Amino acid sequence: MRALRLPRSPKVLLGLCILAFFIVMTVIGPWLAPYNPSSTAFAALLTPSSHHWLGTTSLGQDIFSQLLVGARATMVVALVAGLVATLLSMTIGIAAGYLGGATDDGLSLLSNVFLAIPGLPLLIVIDSYLPVSSRSNEFVIGLIISLTGWAWGARVLRAQTMSLRNRDFVEAARIIGESRTRIMFSEIAPNLLPVLASSLLFTVLYAIGAYVTLAYIGLTSTAVWNWGTMLYWAQANNAPLSNEWYWFVPPGICIALVGTGLALVNFGIDEFINPRLRAGGISARQRRELGLPRRPRLGLTPVLRPRPNRSLASAKLVTK
Amino acid sequence: MIARRLALYALTAWVAITVNFLLPRMMPGNPVQTLIGKLQGQVTSQEIRAIRLSFGMGIHQGLFAQYFTYLGQLFRGNLGVSITLGAPVSAILHESVPWTVGLIGLSTLISFALGTLLGAMLGWTRGSRFDALIPTATFFQAIPYFFLGTVMLLIFGSNLHWFPVLGAYSQNVTPGWNWTFIANVIRYGELPLISIVLSSVAGWMLGMRNMMITMVGEDFVLMAVAKGLPRRKVIMHAARNAVLPSIANLSLAIGLVVSGALLVELVFNYPGVGDLLLQAVMNEDYPLIQGIFLVITLTVLAANLIADVVYLALDPRTRTEAAV
Repeated sequence: MRALRLPRSPKVLLGLCILAFFIVMTVIGPWLAPYNPSSTAFAALLTPSSHHWLGTTSLGQDIFSQLLVGARATMVVALVAGLVATLLSMTIGIAAGYLGGATDDGLSLLSNVFLAIPGLPLLIVIDSYLPVSSRSNEFVIGLIISLTGWAWGARVLRAQTMSLRNRDFVEAARIIGESRTRIMFSEIAPNLLPVLASSLLFTVLYAIGAYVTLAYIGLTSTAVWNWGTMLYWAQANNAPLSNEWYWFVPPGICIALVGTGLALVNFGIDEFINPRLRAGGISARQRRELGLPRRPRLGLTPVLRPRPNRSLASAKLVTK
Repeated sequence: MIARRLALYALTAWVAITVNFLLPRMMPGNPVQTLIGKLQGQVTSQEIRAIRLSFGMGIHQGLFAQYFTYLGQLFRGNLGVSITLGAPVSAILHESVPWTVGLIGLSTLISFALGTLLGAMLGWTRGSRFDALIPTATFFQAIPYFFLGTVMLLIFGSNLHWFPVLGAYSQNVTPGWNWTFIANVIRYGELPLISIVLSSVAGWMLGMRNMMITMVGEDFVLMAVAKGLPRRKVIMHAARNAVLPSIANLSLAIGLVVSGALLVELVFNYPGVGDLLLQAVMNEDYPLIQGIFLVITLTVLAANLIADVVYLALDPRTRTEAAV
């Protein structure tokens, strides 16, 4: 994992902590849930209390249990969609960048078309034609979301591949007669790891948004609990207008936190790829401790190098 | 360059139209048949036949012949008849599209301008305490548009009563081109507009900040400082160059922003396309869903084209490429 050694900035650490929290919630959430999320055994619209941490819905369901159980479907769809989309963009992007010629033209055209079609309306049209049995299947939904989310990654990976294709190590592999598939996936792909990781985070972020939106407008099965269906029921029962904040605020905050976690980790990857951004990430306190000028100087980018036996990175100003 | 983009958008429009044609004919489980089953008894048999015809059922025609009939109808602006509203889809869309274009178009422009400005400042003062804005902005960026809209509605609409809520204008005014009505529309549009701007501004801001940081390290900026230009001029110099990739990405981002913003309409019961889409989905009104999809796609493509033209006008390098 040396290739992905992220800068240890507070932003990235915070992002990793948030993500770890929600991954744990995905795994053990359904077991932790105090009640059955669909059970209507309680009084309706209870405000938060020690028995019902987040109160109950207008049907008397425990909202906290829905939140815990709903984490799994939300995260599974996001992960399936993210993985499939990244796999698609990796295959298409690297093939287009490495093979070039007519293949490149065709594949680039394909990804440009998918980029230009607005994703969400397309998703809604496809999803509205799905039979109800497929709508409750997280994997089917994840696959469809990935179909609308791969194009951006493919474009970035294609550009990166083109900058690698004439490097010596690729040339060497070609000369010793490696197959094209092997060069693409064993030689080029590992060198694109940071870009791939960034593209994965980006698509997972997109997939959460898309899935929650589909659920919110009632296009996924209402029998499967996820954060979007919670918002759907809250909206359908006019919770926002009747001040029942405990019903719709928690799932919304959870969605936003997962997204923030993903984006913060992505900052780290961006700084890894572009060292100039890394220098932008030094805090004012670090600046003082490193003896750098308080205001960044133009044309001078601090270069951070780890210094052995010291906790702090050393820095010096160099031109460019 | 413009010719190539035009060709791309034409192709994209064709793909969208073809998807629209193929989906109802290819999907397993025949949802249209189910729909007709539900409608039995509610509509006349003549209407059922019309619906079946528009989805290619009971026609003894090959797929290709059906496809050309479909294309021919599209070119005449015929998008079929809405099942639940009973009116032609094109007429229904004619009423709701202006609302959406006004609200979403204006909020996208405002948020792009605001985000670019803030991003340029953040990039210039990188490492200062303004950097604390970044995690906050990231959080706002991750909130689904419709959720932020809901929270705004709750706080500023129904609790503080700062803004009127629900709908695009008050029941008490009559629509028309007079000042009372226009002022009323502006008043009702404020809260939806603010929530769309708040949700989308962070994306522009972070992108611009990153470009600005990269730009500030370039030699031409150092040169400008060395010449002794005032700070304001140097910032403008760097920002003008940093904004180009932002505009180049504009055409890609429009689709995402529009998708998110459509749902804000739904929260505020704004009578635009987004609100219509929800009704159509709830009622399984397939002709209406498809019509809306087509209109959104074509509008987004048109917006993309405008962004491309602006980019071409701003970046002389692309113009030379186009001339070659």
